[in-house]
Amino acid sequence: MSHNRRIGDNVHWLKYTRQRGISQPMTDLTYVTDEMRAAQGRWGEPWTAPPITATDIRRWAMATFYPEQPPRIYWDADYAATTQWGGIVAPPDFNPFAWPVERPRGRGSPGLSGRRPDGKPLTGMNGGQTDTYGVPMRPGDVISARNRLVDWWEREGRLGHTLYVRSEIEWRNQDDELVRTRFSIGIRY
Amino acid sequence: MSVNFDNVNVGDTMPKWSRKTSFAEWNRYAAVNEEFVPFHMDDEAGRRAGNEQGAFGMGNLRYAYIVNALHAWIGDTGVVREVGCQYRAINQKDDVLTVIGEVTDKRTEGGEQRVYLDINVVNQDGGATCPGHAVVALP
Repeated sequence: MSHNRRIGDNVHWLKYTRQRGISQPMTDLTYVTDEMRAAQGRWGEPWTAPPITATDIRRWAMATFYPEQPPRIYWDADYAATTQWGGIVAPPDFNPFAWPVERPRGRGSPGLSGRRPDGKPLTGMNGGQTDTYGVPMRPGDVISARNRLVDWWEREGRLGHTLYVRSEIEWRNQDDELVRTRFSIGIRY
Repeated sequence: MSVNFDNVNVGDTMPKWSRKTSFAEWNRYAAVNEEFVPFHMDDEAGRRAGNEQGAFGMGNLRYAYIVNALHAWIGDTGVVREVGCQYRAINQKDDVLTVIGEVTDKRTEGGEQRVYLDINVVNQDGGATCPGHAVVALP
């Protein structure tokens, strides 16, 4: 399988999940909502993160490399100037959307608004993701995002009735260059 | 010697990259990613979410470890083009997580010299927690 992969190929996740014995639920229970059906495939309105600072990048790298020192490309401007990037860049997994002063409304995690049979709210968990990267993020960049609900499936699992929701999210910088495309799986149970 | 396209071969493994993870690592990640989810912070909340051992680590942090391992291998002359993974097993407190990767293909495409890898994050018991793949571009 590996040899047939192409960049941006995310489909194998879904195939794998289905191969793992994951069948359609035997009951009428569903966590799929009308809002999800209405939203499927439609890009939402974009939203924008505050400008990235060198300190944001340095702290991110210090957290993810802890307890060791992060690579100089993420915090040493003089060193970074000598590299192919010509300056500090963010680690590819850097999230410029953390810590908004006002959290954008209407873009919560999809598929979480349903209720379990016992009336409790659903628990959401991260099932995984595939990111394809374009240009790197740099200090001063202003990143905008838009997302859409791709599809979903349900099964009876270890945690009971479980909904898997696949979303696509696209990030672009202030010059409209593609920074990242992410396909992610949300688990709701 | 830094890694480059010509000296990488299918079947090569990239250097292992490890971290022991507990609240010191999770809380730092929560702070930068604003990921203060109760089941990552509190044992009781972790048990309520179905994990008997209590609080557990973020999938996103394991993803960061994969990216970090790739960077440690390719340095600042390579480019990470794609990373994907599934979170299959819980990252329990005090787990020692090790990122492993094996080259499955190399080819020139999109004007770049790209190397494809199978990736995983294994714990101290050898349990594969996070199967995935990566694509890097090398000089």
